[in-house]
This record gives sequence, structure tokens and C-alpha cells, in this order.
Amino acid sequence: MKLDKLLSQHKTALVKRWFDEVVKTYPVDTARFLKQQKDPFANPVGRTTLNGLEAMFDVLETGVDREALNSFLDPIIRIRAIQDFTPSQATSFILFLKQIIRDTLGKEFQDPDVMASFLNFESRIDDLCLMAFDIYVKCREKLYQIQANEMRNTTFRAFQRAGLVKDVPDEDSPGLRLISPTKNGDCNK
Amino acid sequence: MSDFPKPDELLSNIDRTPPQTDWMDTPVNIRKGMYCYAANPKSVAYTHLPFPHQWNPMDEDWKLPENWKEILHEGFKVRLERFRSFKLFMDICVRCGACADKCHFFIGTGDPKNMPVLRAELLRSIYRNDFTAAGKILGRLAGARPLTVEVLKELWYYFFQCTECRRCSIFCPYGIDTAEITMMARELFNLIGLNIDWIATPVANCYRTGNHLGIQPHAFKDMLDFFVDDLEEITGVRVEPNFNKKGADILFITPSGDVFADPGTYTCMGYLLLFHYLKEVYGLDVTWSTYASEGGNFGSFTSHEMMKRLNSKMYAEAKRLGVKWILGGECGHMWRVINQYMDTMNGPADFLEEPVSPITGTKFENAKSTKMVHLSEFTADLIKHGKLNLDPSRNDNLILTYHDSCNPSRGMGMFDEPRYVIQSVANNFYEMPPNTIREQTFCCGSGSGLNAGENMELRLTGGLPRANAVKHVHDKYGVNMLATICAIDRAALPTLMDYWVPGVGVTGVTEMVANALILPGERERTTNLRGEPLPGMEDE
Amino acid sequence: MNLKYMYSLLAVIVLFLLAYLGVEAAGLELLFGIVIPYVAVVAFIAGVVYRVMGWARSAVPFPIPSTCGQQKSLPWIKPNKFDNPFTPGAVVVRMILEVCCFRSLFRNTRNSIQEGSKLAFQLEIWLWLGALAFHYAFLTVIVRHLRLFTEPVPAMIKMVETVDSFFRLEVLSDVVRIGVPGIYISGLVLLAAVTFLFIRRIVIPHVKYISLPADFFPLFLIFGIAFTGILMRYFSKVNIRAAKELALGLVSFHPTIPQGIGPVFYVHLFFVCILLAYFPFSKLMHMGGVFLSPTRNLPCNTRAVRHVNPWNYPVEVHTYEEYEEEFREKMIEAGLPVEKE
Repeated sequence: MKLDKLLSQHKTALVKRWFDEVVKTYPVDTARFLKQQKDPFANPVGRTTLNGLEAMFDVLETGVDREALNSFLDPIIRIRAIQDFTPSQATSFILFLKQIIRDTLGKEFQDPDVMASFLNFESRIDDLCLMAFDIYVKCREKLYQIQANEMRNTTFRAFQRAGLVKDVPDEDSPGLRLISPTKNGDCNK
Repeated sequence: MSDFPKPDELLSNIDRTPPQTDWMDTPVNIRKGMYCYAANPKSVAYTHLPFPHQWNPMDEDWKLPENWKEILHEGFKVRLERFRSFKLFMDICVRCGACADKCHFFIGTGDPKNMPVLRAELLRSIYRNDFTAAGKILGRLAGARPLTVEVLKELWYYFFQCTECRRCSIFCPYGIDTAEITMMARELFNLIGLNIDWIATPVANCYRTGNHLGIQPHAFKDMLDFFVDDLEEITGVRVEPNFNKKGADILFITPSGDVFADPGTYTCMGYLLLFHYLKEVYGLDVTWSTYASEGGNFGSFTSHEMMKRLNSKMYAEAKRLGVKWILGGECGHMWRVINQYMDTMNGPADFLEEPVSPITGTKFENAKSTKMVHLSEFTADLIKHGKLNLDPSRNDNLILTYHDSCNPSRGMGMFDEPRYVIQSVANNFYEMPPNTIREQTFCCGSGSGLNAGENMELRLTGGLPRANAVKHVHDKYGVNMLATICAIDRAALPTLMDYWVPGVGVTGVTEMVANALILPGERERTTNLRGEPLPGMEDE
Repeated sequence: MNLKYMYSLLAVIVLFLLAYLGVEAAGLELLFGIVIPYVAVVAFIAGVVYRVMGWARSAVPFPIPSTCGQQKSLPWIKPNKFDNPFTPGAVVVRMILEVCCFRSLFRNTRNSIQEGSKLAFQLEIWLWLGALAFHYAFLTVIVRHLRLFTEPVPAMIKMVETVDSFFRLEVLSDVVRIGVPGIYISGLVLLAAVTFLFIRRIVIPHVKYISLPADFFPLFLIFGIAFTGILMRYFSKVNIRAAKELALGLVSFHPTIPQGIGPVFYVHLFFVCILLAYFPFSKLMHMGGVFLSPTRNLPCNTRAVRHVNPWNYPVEVHTYEEYEEEFREKMIEAGLPVEKE
């Protein structure tokens, strides 16, 4: 359990480096803003990320409470899932933590006890990364779902309630697209 | 051992460091989910706008007119002469960076070209190249660059990532308003037929049928008649709206989104109940119009001329019907147009009377020239004078917060009226953090004609700062309903909530009023306007 | 390497060498002391007039003030008089707050929040403070320099000087030997503020990203002016009487070149001339522009008073008659009233 002690000892530095690395996935000029703006409402991306990383680090230290991890990981992935990232870019930041710990605590790995628990810890990180991937996919599914359903949930439902659904799509109505977005939504293709 | 790549080597193969090149050297990357589809040429042609043509933003060739550069140059020049705002905003920016992190799109996407200053610089660089001595002589040293197809694409991409919310403008020491610059840029795109469908088609619809959805007059009436049926079921009272009624006291105009799209429809039912109450109790005669059935003005996202063409219907209809003055429903950009453009464009409205509430006698001094009053002003006045019989406990199942819509906030300054109304008709109300409300309010991310389906990533990232503040009050106070006075908000925010803060609904202010309003002769209500059980009625 | 500021730095160094060598080696006092100042002043005045006229020529078609507070509407709702000014008088106050206190820039700082127990100060307040310090120090320096152009020196200017050199009077008068000039705080503040504004531009990544060479040039130039000024005052003393003779000669249109002013003075003067001549063609015109900004200088009474658009032209509209023509049958069928049965 020596690793636990080391991790708690270095927690602040480790989380800070982890956060720095995550922030580096954004353009340089954005990165400063994400780091420096402390107001959670003026800077939701930066603060959500930092808070999530901190909380996840705590959970990882003590074990794998999937539910807790999920609740901290979700807000971060939810943001990255719709930003300009590939799936691997959106989720790989979890793995950064491995290298950061190796760099910071490398010399302690001489101790076989520490090494053994570190390997164990790394597996937890791997687990976390897979969870991130799950969340990512769920977010993307949600995105497509709301995209597909938005019209149905708003306009279409209102029309349906009013019994107007059959009357409206007459051929010369320029409003067609609003009613059935899938039919001629992308008029370019 | 050394045969295996180290894990971080593998990782570093995933390109996660963004380009560090100067912005002028970073070519635009048009990403799916971030842009709206090109306009249907039929819609562009219907309103006789220039160069209707079939094109696709993802294609190499945008099928521009041959002399597109000259057209843009001439168009630019004319606008510099016509709009001091434009010329000034091209000249005086010192790039202090105060606006940089104020844009919801920058905060949400992290894309530096979404910093308001850089968005404007995209266009300023062309201005310097074409119209200033320094730019012509020093070129790039003076921040100038020639207009190329690549640059045009970049301009188009980023000026359709601005919702004209004006948040950056209140932080600018010179009042540089990106909304104004975006309006000019979009006018320029319009000159060479680079419209987006979500704007051009509603514009054509609105021009022809009076509303964005292209709903013909009989269907418009049908729709309201169905609300009348619903309302009778809920309240036991049959309301009778007037349509195109000559000699009515007041003409009422609201965005058609309220008539056709949930949850705006409930707000619309609220209007119907409120007007019925005023007619029964005070004899106030309000009429709807099928001709001017759209308050929202997507023309304002196309050009000033198109804005004027669509807006003209309001005064024309008020004149034809011979009403005393006009009452406007809950809408965002509609109120920017009414408050800052309508009188100048289509006034003077000397055929109307200076608005006075016939019920309270209050003179709406602030609207004496335009002769159009906002429903929240009107309702707040009624409530203040105790003219409405209200039971706020009917809204007790709701824990509310209020989202200031951009245009009524920064293009009008209406903050306290809707708050007063909400707090008079509901008991549980909590504000979001101060730097996300009132004049500092965050946009829903879908304004200015960007609430299409295909640019969902853009809308969700742009809406993140707003949703984040809602999440805060949701977690802290259990807020479950977001009230707003904008039809685009009512259309866009439910989606935003669905992704970011599930469990929070969206409502119009008048829906809340109608829930609390006790009509003469109504039977005991068991549900609210949405058909959900009222507090204490859950078992019945 | 950031080429953006290197170009500007290089330009200022070249200018320095031009003036220094021009006077020291080529003996061009006449050019640098008389010709260039006249040319610069003419360029400044003509340029500023041209630019302001250019803006004034453009129309203000619509009243588009940004409303940053509660509107004036119902009598019992308290309006925010100056952030949403209803009357021209209130607009004047808004403009004064804007021009003299940088009110909008100050809005940035309101967001600093409590983090743990200590207030998390944001860089933004430094932008506001730095900008204020810079502009007011500059103003004081200019006012102080008027003493060179006036004889006798008006009491106002003397007062500004006294206040500016307050530091010496209070603290140093007993300790420092006679003859050391009073320390002008404005000069030092100007130098510090300009340095701050420069550092900000290269240290804060997003400000660096948006900066142009044209943003660095005036900073270096003003740094050069303040630096040579301080150099002359405290270190390589110039003959102040000779400098005043030159200045008075220039303003009375009887220019002379007094002996023994020294090259640093000419460098200082040349930098000022360049700044003057450069001013109208650059972003420095924000000084004039801020007064004309339609989002700030118009009253927010846009529904109470009609604004007239000078180029308002008739547009194609879809009239009610055309509308009824298209939908008449359907309207009649639905029971909607029509004009023509």
C-alpha cells in the first residue's frame, strides 16, 4: 500500500500535470483561457475538466467505484464528444495519467511492492479509459437521437396533436423541409 | 524491449496538438455538424434574392458567380458608406482581447477563430486590403490579406457560427458589436447566393404565407382552434380568438413558433387564455392576424432590406385592421427588430394611437412612437395593478429559473418585467449566477437562424455555457423548469437540456401566467396546460 | 520567434538610428528640428480630420445602442439610467463613463470570484488598470509638455506639474541634493504601463494570437518616447532652455535651431513626430472613434423617438391584397374575414 501513500502525497502535482496535458489537446491560445479562468460559469470546459480529473483521481486511488467514476467522467466526455475531436482524441486523455505517474514516481518503482500496485493501478486506468469510450459512444448516440427527434418532438408533435399531419405536406408547400427533415433535409445531396 | 513502441509513442501518433500556425496561415476546416446546409435555390428565388444556385459547403467548388470578387468589393464599399457602425468597427479595434473569452461559441468549442475579435479580424483583413492605405502598402504587416476562395469559405463558416447575441459588445471599450459585423458579412454572402437553408426557406415562407413554416391561413386558424379545444378540456371555458378582425383594440403578433412548435404551443395557449380573461372581465378586444402571423424576422439574418420587407407586414396589417396599437408576444430577435429597426424602416406609425393600457390606464411612454408594447410589459402592468386573479400555487410543482434571451436583453434592456411576472405567478424561483444572466446572459447557441438540425454539434457546444449555469441551479436548488421569452429558446433549449441537463423543461412566461390565472366560470383545474396534473391533483 | 513584434522593433530601431545619426553625424538639425515636426503636425491634423470626416460621412441608419441595464418602461420599475440611457443627457454621462473610466472594460473584472477563502483576481482587472494608467499618464505627460510651448506658463500646467512631482516634495526634498529634478510619476507610470501592455501581448497566448505587427509598433514607439524623455530629464541632461526656444519658435512660426540641445532630444522629437504622423492611419484613431460608436452614443429611447434613416428606400413587399388573392378561397372556407368576397 506504499503506492497509495505516494499517490496521495503527490496528488496535487499529478492532477495538475494531468490537467495540463488535457488542456494541451486544445489550441494553445485556448489552453491558457481554460487554465486561467477560474470562474466555472465563464469557463465551463476548463472547470468541468479539472473538477472531474480531481474527483476521478480520488476514486482511482481507493479502488474502482464504477458509479462514482461514471458520474465524474461523464461531464468531461459529454463535452469532448461534441468538440472537434476524433473518438481516440476525445478519450485518450485518460491514458495520459499513466505516463505522468511513471515520470513523477519513476524512481520509486525499484520497490517491487510499489511496482506491483502500480501495475494494478494502471489496469484501473485502462478500465477507466474503456468507460470513457462507452460514455463517448452514448453521447454520440444521444446526439444523433436528438438530431433525429428534434423536429418530431416539437413541430411534428404539435401538428399531430392538432390532427394536421395529413393536410400539410402538399407538394407546393415550401415548408416541407421543416416537417420531414429526413426527406429533403440536405437539399445538396 | 525496444522493438515495442512505448505507449506514449502510440498516443503521440494520435495528433492531439492543434496547429500552432498564425491564424492567417491556418486554413479553414469545414466540419460536419458545425454548419447549416446551403439554401434551396427555390427559396432564394422566391424572394428575388441574388444568385440562387445549388451548392454544397463541403464541395470544392461553390459555384460562385464569375465576378464574385467585384460584387463583394462593391457590396463592401456601399455598406461602409451606409453604415457608420460598420466602417467604425472595421477601423478602431485595438485587439485588447477583452471580448476574446466572452463568446459562447469560443467557450464551448475552444476554436480561436470563435473569439469575437478574431471573427471580426477575418473580415477586417479584407477591409484593410481593399480599402485602407496602410493595408495596400504594408499588406500583411498591417494585417491585410487578399480575398480568395479559401478566405471566403472561412468567412462563411465563421460568420455562420455567430448568433448575433451581442454579449461581446458590452465588454468592448469602443462598443464594437460583432452582431453588426456578422449582419454585414451575411449581407455580403447574400449578394453571391451563399445563403443557408434554415434562414432562406423560412424567409420565403414568411414572405408568402406570413409565417416561417409556410402554413396557410386556414391551417393557422385550425391550429389555434385545436388549442381552443384543449383549453376547454382543461378549464371548461371555451375561448374565442379573433382573426383578422377589423376595429379590434389591439393587434397581437407573436412568432409562429409559438403556434406550431412544442413547447411554444403551451405559451400560445397561455396567450389565448390571457386574452379571453381580458375580454370577459374588461372587454378588451384583441385580434390575431393570419397575414402578419409571424413576429420573428429571419429577414434580419439575411439583410437589412429583407428585414424591412418582412417587417412591413406588421404596420400594414395594423393599418388595415384599424387597431389602436400592437402587442408583441414573447420573441427574441423579433423584439430587437421592433425596438431598434421597425419604426425607422416602416414608420412613422401615425395611423396608430400612443399605446395606453385600456385596463389600467398606464401610458406606455417608452413605446409612444413605435406603438408596439411587449407582452411582458403589458402583463407586468396588469399584475401590478391587481387586474389578474392569480393562484400561483398552481405552479408549485415547478422550480423555476429565468433565461434572459439575448435580444430583449442587449437590444432592449428588458430584465425586470418578466421577472416580476414570473415571481407573481409562481412561488419557486431561483436566479442563475450573476455573470450568466441579465446583460451578461449566455445565448442558447441557436439564435440568428442557426437552430437547424444538421449543425447540432455547433448548437450544443454554443449552448454549453448556458446549460452549465442551468445545471448549477438544477443541482443546487432542484430547478426543473427554465422560463424564457424567446421562441427560438423554446425550440432550442429543450434539446440543449436533453443533452446537458436532463430533467429541466422549458416554458414561456405566459404559460406560467395562464396556469395561475383563474378564469371567470372555470371549473376546478386538475392539470396544467401541458395536461400534467397540478400539484395536489396527482391522484385524480 | 515572433516575427510580428520583431518587425515593429526593427522599425523603431531604424527610426532611432535615423534621428541619432542624422543629427550627430550628418548635422541635419534643421530637418529633424523644424521640417519634420511641421510635416508631422500637418499630417496629424489633416489625417485626423480626414478620418473623422470619413466616419461622419457614413450614415447612421439605425439606432443600435447596446443596452447594458434595465430599460425605462413602467414607472415602478427602476431603470438603469446610464447603462440604458433614455435621454441625451444620460447618454453624455454614459459616454463620460466610457471615455474617462473605461466602463465597458471594467465590466470584465466583475467576474472575479471567491475561490476558497481568497479572492481569485483575474488578469482582466490588470487590463483595465493598465489601460487607465497608460492613458492618464500619457495625458499628464502631454499637459506637462505644454510648458515648453507657452510663455508665461499657465497656472494650470504648473499645477499639474506640481502634483505630478509630488513624490519629490513630500519625501525626497530633505535628503536629495539640490538640483535633482522632481521625479515625474507620469513618466514612470507611462513607461511601466507601456511595458505591461507589451508583455501582455506576448505572454497571454490568445492576445498574442490576435496581435498584429501594427499593434506592437505604437507600443515600441511610445516606449521609445518615454525612455528618451526620462533619459533626458534624469541622466543625460539636455538644455531645457534651448529646447523651449525651439518649441516656442515652432509654435510662433519663427523656427530657429538653438545650439547644444543634444541628439537624444532630436530622437525624442523624431519619435513624437512619427507617432503624430502615424496616428491617423492606425488603430490609434480609436481615440476619435470611441465618440462616434453607435452602440454607445445613441439614446436607448428607440421606441419612443423615431430615428430617421437617410437612405431609407422603398422595398418590394408582399401586400395583404396579394396574400388574400392567393389564399382567398381557403380563407373563406375557414371562416376568416376577407376584403373581397
